[in-house]
Amino acid sequence: MAYNNIEEMLRMAEHPEGLTNDDFRVVGKRVKKVDAAKMARGKPIYTDDFSLPGMLFAKLLTSPYAHARIKRIDTSKAAALPGVHAVLTYKDLPRIPFVSAGQSHPSPSPNDRVSLDNKVRFVGDRVAVVAAETPEIAAEAARLIEVEYEKLPAVFDMEKAMAPGAPVIHDELDVDGILDAQRNLVCHIEAEAGDVDGQFASADLVVEGKFREPFQHHVAMEPHVVIGYWDNDDRLVIRSSTQVPFHVRRVVGWATGLPEKRIKVIKPRLGGGFGGKQDIVLDDLVAHLVIKTNRPVRMRLDRDEEFRSTRSRHAYIIQMKIGFKKDGTITAASLYALSSTGAYGAHGLTVLSNVGAKTLGLLRTKNMRFSGDVVYTNHPVAGAFRGYGATQGYFPLGTLIDEAAEKLGLDVLDVYRRNWVRQGDIFALAKPLGEGREGYENPVESVALEQCTDTGADIIGWGKRLDSAWHLVPGKPWLRRGMGAAIVAHGSAIPGLDMGGAYMKINDDGSFNLLYGGSDLGTGADTVMAQIAAEILGCAVDNIIVFSADTDFTPFDKGAYASSTTFISGGAVQKTAMKVALQVKEVAAEMLEVPAETLHLENGRAMAPDGRSVTLKEVAMRSLHMVDQHQIMATASHMSYRCPQPFAAQFAQVLVDTETGQVRVEKFVTVADIGQVINLTTAEGQVEGAVAQGLGYALAEGMEFSRGGHLTNPHVNQYRIFTSLDMPELTTVFVPTVEPSGPLGAKSVAELPIDGVAPAVANAIADAVGVRLRALPMTPERVLQAIQAKGRQ
Amino acid sequence: MEIRLTVNDEQKIWQAAPGENLRDLLRREGYLSVKYGCDSGTCGVCTVLFDGRAAHSCTILAAQADGHKVTTVEGLDDQGRLDALQEAFMETGAVQCGYCTPGMLLAAKSLLAENQTPDDDEIKDALNTVLCRCTGYVKQEKAVKLFITRTKGA
Repeated sequence: MAYNNIEEMLRMAEHPEGLTNDDFRVVGKRVKKVDAAKMARGKPIYTDDFSLPGMLFAKLLTSPYAHARIKRIDTSKAAALPGVHAVLTYKDLPRIPFVSAGQSHPSPSPNDRVSLDNKVRFVGDRVAVVAAETPEIAAEAARLIEVEYEKLPAVFDMEKAMAPGAPVIHDELDVDGILDAQRNLVCHIEAEAGDVDGQFASADLVVEGKFREPFQHHVAMEPHVVIGYWDNDDRLVIRSSTQVPFHVRRVVGWATGLPEKRIKVIKPRLGGGFGGKQDIVLDDLVAHLVIKTNRPVRMRLDRDEEFRSTRSRHAYIIQMKIGFKKDGTITAASLYALSSTGAYGAHGLTVLSNVGAKTLGLLRTKNMRFSGDVVYTNHPVAGAFRGYGATQGYFPLGTLIDEAAEKLGLDVLDVYRRNWVRQGDIFALAKPLGEGREGYENPVESVALEQCTDTGADIIGWGKRLDSAWHLVPGKPWLRRGMGAAIVAHGSAIPGLDMGGAYMKINDDGSFNLLYGGSDLGTGADTVMAQIAAEILGCAVDNIIVFSADTDFTPFDKGAYASSTTFISGGAVQKTAMKVALQVKEVAAEMLEVPAETLHLENGRAMAPDGRSVTLKEVAMRSLHMVDQHQIMATASHMSYRCPQPFAAQFAQVLVDTETGQVRVEKFVTVADIGQVINLTTAEGQVEGAVAQGLGYALAEGMEFSRGGHLTNPHVNQYRIFTSLDMPELTTVFVPTVEPSGPLGAKSVAELPIDGVAPAVANAIADAVGVRLRALPMTPERVLQAIQAKGRQ
Repeated sequence: MEIRLTVNDEQKIWQAAPGENLRDLLRREGYLSVKYGCDSGTCGVCTVLFDGRAAHSCTILAAQADGHKVTTVEGLDDQGRLDALQEAFMETGAVQCGYCTPGMLLAAKSLLAENQTPDDDEIKDALNTVLCRCTGYVKQEKAVKLFITRTKGA
């Protein structure tokens, strides 16, 4: 970006309305990821690629029962095994209730767990933890722990969890933040605007349905792993595969009683997270073991432990009702969402709040009702997962709008056109649905849904749906082709809450260190930060040396979640780089003897209007070594009361085998408005990855349980995620917009494109074979049953 | 037991623990590009070239590697220079979190050693042996195709 003066730069960066992609040098381009080379070379960059002399290996003993009290626990045989250094049970630790959800203070999730308890609440819950000299000894020691359980009745059906007489999962006295523990009720939300019932009564058409959605597992290829040790200053270092290093520091401090100043958390490279690493899953246990043994301790979960004992997407039952006029205008919408959070309430309230805010937030109607309950069940714990409630809410919304369009004889895209939010609109439930606090009104300031929808319809060939021959496959009468669409909106960070900081300094050679607290989990966030800084400082991306995250060295950042990193951490980097740019120009102005405000930064130089220039290296050498010596450096943090929605139109083309119920997705198209794209390649990567996870959620993925609450598919050969052979042809396109509140005009991208996948696929199935499924995943069994049920009608 | 094998063209004499698999042995010996991902021989992030062909090293007992030739991603590195397939992975955005990248690279290497002109289905089929949760496999396929185009031109 070539600025004529500082004022112009500041004005454009803070009010980027007039910017287009052509104004940028490195932003919006296909910049290679700054961390790609070490990954392509297989360098030891992840948490577990590190070891220390004397390091012990930890192993968890988990509960075989869904609900039980520990009557007797005998660790003597385990402790006597040579090589065992610690065996911890509830008897060995103080009882400090805490919350595992990595969220800002005060936590919207209840303090409903302790590190080790005398009660277990799901199969896979913590019973004891061992540290030993080898993983084999640790596993053997865990087997030698003798536990006598008093089995308690369990509840798995979320619709029965609140009923009188249901087993009380949290009957302990020291919990805090549960709405009604006796009813297993974590929280309840109600929000209403306008005249919902009146509009339903006078609507030309009301569609409604009850939808069931399973626990989905993240299946990050890297499991949870933590290495803890005392450093030479007797400070506890936690090296963790986490999305939230600063929340880990605070929660580990709370759960262990160590002052936070004695804890340092390092986030190395992450092997994927998707929300699953937004919780304190192992960190507190490793801390306890380091404190107990005074040795370095490493704890890594095996894949089956990963499935059973970490986190998942909240399971939901959603009842939704939408009223329409004949022309397709939505007059009212109501949504009741019941969620199972499993045995602990991590993210229960905030995911529920998001079901309403993100889903209904697509609509213009002023008549809305949202209510919901989050209940405990004796299932594994749910938490944050890409989409965070929006994914759960859009399946009902998208399928009901499609059903209504069919009944009204309208093109569903036209129905969306009548109802989606427009420039200046304010979401009717913005204030009550603020993720546990009062929310902020956010008038829509950038939206390109019309272009997204038109472009997507063109690419998929939407008109072909009207041709009955297109639905058939010559020579294969058992196959039916179909096409479906869904339109979605998401958000960018939690307004008025999420904050991130950044720090930059110049080096001798004119390069810059950029330290920020955010957590690149493989998304490309570090690259996006480098691009924003390089754009503003007029230098090459490889002259920005990015580092994150270490709670000692990097400023606070709430962590990588809520689609906030580009928007919030990027905002901090933008501000920091602008401050540094001003300091660079001040030095360059002295050297060139022109006013600083006449300079602009380009190609690694500060350029004067007359064409003379000095290099950033010359600026650095002068300021660090030669004249009026000082360090050019700046720090800044960013928080926003805005939460701009990115938007997408998503289209699926499927082939349904009417004899087996098998659904093959042939094509999937996403056209998205994410504001100014910072990195085209990594933004596409976010969409493609989200669509792959969404296809799994739509068609294949779901944690399955035995009657006793045992997970029956705890391996990747049983819980099937999409492989390269399962994937359809993907097309991803971005429609450029400029978001005034975003850094260089950017909004978010990571979560949005998972939201419309299940409804687009469900609608395509409906187009193909005329059945509407109400439960995910839409497995061959379910599709076939629906086809057969329709045949019997 | 003592085993003799060739790792990235170097002769090694290693002690394999009873029941130890090749993945764990390689990691223990410092070949950390070989990742842990599952225990069912499914996910492929532990893929190595075993006598030149892609194999999930968690399904091979360390003792079975005696007398065999193993290649890991560390072996692709030519004095710090990336090879053309690694470059293609970086350029196309095939590397996201990077955790499956070594496995993906070696799955592609194995395919390309047998078939220099694979079609789209053959590429998908080869990459099918490695799971990735970050991408939609689009960019890995693109990377392999870019590599083929470039090596054809050379």
